[in-house]
Amino acid sequence: MRATVWSGRNKVQVENVPDPRIVNSRDAIVKITSTAICGSDLHMYDGYMPTMKKGDVLGHEFMGEVVETGRDVDNLSVGDRVVVPFPIACGNCNACRNELYSVCENSNPNAALAEKLMGHSPCGIFGYTHMLGGYAGGQAEYARVPFADVGPIKIENDLPDEKVLFLSDIFPTGYMGAELCDIKPGDVIAVWGAGPVGQFAIASAKLLGAERVIAIDRFDYRLGMARDEAGADDVIDYEQADVLATLNEMTGGRGPDACIDAVGMEGHHSHVALHAYDRVKHATRTETDRPHALREAVMSCRPGGVISIIGAYGGMVDKFPIGAAMNKSLTFKMGQCHVQRYLRPLLDRIESGEIDPSFVITHRLDLDETPRGYEMFKNKEDNCEKVVLNP
Amino acid sequence: MSTSAARSNGSATGIPPAPPLVRAPSPEGEITRMLGWLSLGLGVPQTVAPGRVNRLIGVRDDGRSRLWQRVVGVRELAAAAGIFSQARPASWLWARVAGDIKDLALLAAAWRRQEQRAGRLAAATASVAGITAVDAFTAARMSRLPEGVTKDPSFRMKASTTVRRSPDELYSFWHDFTNLPRFMAHLESVETKPDGRSHWRATGPAGMKVEWDAEVVRDRPGELIAWRTLPGAEVVHTGIVGFVSAPGDRGTEVHVDIEYAPPAGRAGSIIGKLFGEEPEIQVRDDLRRFKQVMETGELVRSEGTPEGTLARRLAKQRPAQPIEGSTS
Repeated sequence: MRATVWSGRNKVQVENVPDPRIVNSRDAIVKITSTAICGSDLHMYDGYMPTMKKGDVLGHEFMGEVVETGRDVDNLSVGDRVVVPFPIACGNCNACRNELYSVCENSNPNAALAEKLMGHSPCGIFGYTHMLGGYAGGQAEYARVPFADVGPIKIENDLPDEKVLFLSDIFPTGYMGAELCDIKPGDVIAVWGAGPVGQFAIASAKLLGAERVIAIDRFDYRLGMARDEAGADDVIDYEQADVLATLNEMTGGRGPDACIDAVGMEGHHSHVALHAYDRVKHATRTETDRPHALREAVMSCRPGGVISIIGAYGGMVDKFPIGAAMNKSLTFKMGQCHVQRYLRPLLDRIESGEIDPSFVITHRLDLDETPRGYEMFKNKEDNCEKVVLNP
Repeated sequence: MSTSAARSNGSATGIPPAPPLVRAPSPEGEITRMLGWLSLGLGVPQTVAPGRVNRLIGVRDDGRSRLWQRVVGVRELAAAAGIFSQARPASWLWARVAGDIKDLALLAAAWRRQEQRAGRLAAATASVAGITAVDAFTAARMSRLPEGVTKDPSFRMKASTTVRRSPDELYSFWHDFTNLPRFMAHLESVETKPDGRSHWRATGPAGMKVEWDAEVVRDRPGELIAWRTLPGAEVVHTGIVGFVSAPGDRGTEVHVDIEYAPPAGRAGSIIGKLFGEEPEIQVRDDLRRFKQVMETGELVRSEGTPEGTLARRLAKQRPAQPIEGSTS
């Protein structure tokens, strides 16, 4: 089959690789009909995620048709149309029983690697480093889906792929980011990053009753989408305005009640020197993550507020304003999304027409054009927001 | 992940430690003790009666050679003390080798003076050369033991995990030793015999085969199983696994404590290769696999790690892409 293969920094290509087969009795094989490039794929493309190996198949946002099931998968049949959540979760361990699927205790066979960096291991993830399992990803024609009896959700209506594909990651991820804010009437929510996850965080904060949502980014087209499609009430271009001062002005000096970091480890800073400091440390691997958005969120948040982190971080950050966080009584909530928990309720919202997640899509490419998709998405060429690939 | 390992002896679980080890003496250990006695046997007369020793080995007996005899004698006594007092006296053996070379140099100096009885001097030189060879050989053997083993009298691995099943279920699965190869990465098979003993076959990297017999020494249903290897085992060890209810409906804590005898010779190199630098990782991996089997029904396999959790796979991952011809 054809698959998107990582072969080094800034290098992906579509190659022929063996077709996947059933390995475990709870596996299913899915023929992929739609898949997408995620912002977190760029962290591997840019070479910032450790434990990648030449030949790894990338991709963790995909859906398709079940073509084979292992003997212990009794909820799915050949021909079923399914969306596959990116966290691989067994459904049996204490974490899964508590709906904390992204920290499943069994799905990462390479847990010892993750424990070196994190103390304990999170779940395995499709196409997302060997530290997180070494699973082949879904930017391909087929994928093996472990624990298929737990993860995939059947789509039993005629909604097009584009409306349901993002249940695999970015819609639930943005939604969880908003849910972690514990939104109450009158709350103002600020969202750093108007990439695809940021868009869904904005839209979800509105769905969950936020009074006002403020989007922060540096690209006009992204801020435009945030305002016109996702429903942001205000936008801030951080290269044009001082974020802290502007947020204060917008909130009567209170600061946002909750701040969502939808940027993660490859943030940018409008101040050249500050950006250069982290850029150099990042490039020389003396800091694995550039936490500009997070620092700004901590400084901006109102005392007693919530910081919700859904942008992906990989390792260590530098110069973290813990004094501001502690003295202002901030609450930090974060995590890779427990996607399985949100599949049904969010599918309901899509079916009822409350939201159409396809608004983020700007580019549709054939699987063979994946390398161009990575370049466009990375460099924000042609106002690229979200690339969907069709095998 | 709730798997953990520690070297501490503290137990909050009420599970006793692994049963005491019964150690077989290692051949190097015996040779070392012999060399210690030899040091003592030479050191005492050299210090007390240097003149007689001079005459015995055919060296001219004068003040200078007596002084040298005393110096060498004191060094021998120090070596003997070091060898007898240390558990792993490789460094004292190397000191002996250095001393031997010095002795050979002194004898060479004696040869140059050409006024001694050549027959006795030749015999003495041959003896020292022979002892040098034995010292060097033994020191090299002792020094070659795997990292972390040289200083400790034994090495010990403790690991624990929490599994969402009852203590009885976990005990029953483990107690049927034929199940163990399903989650213990290096085990090929375990046969149980009617007398309660069992025969274990393991394979290390590069296909090395090891076998041993073991017996259960404590067995409390639903609580713990302790075992030890029988005499003649290549990998002498004892172990205990205990099952304790975790608080608040969290399943069962599984605690494993294994102690290995100081490995020597072939067994030492096998253990060294089996466990590498971090023996705990192997035990932790086995517990991780045990948890996978008990909670999900089977080993979890990825494309990078197709065999399922395996320490040596961590450093040598396959690419994360489907495997040609793999099938259920």
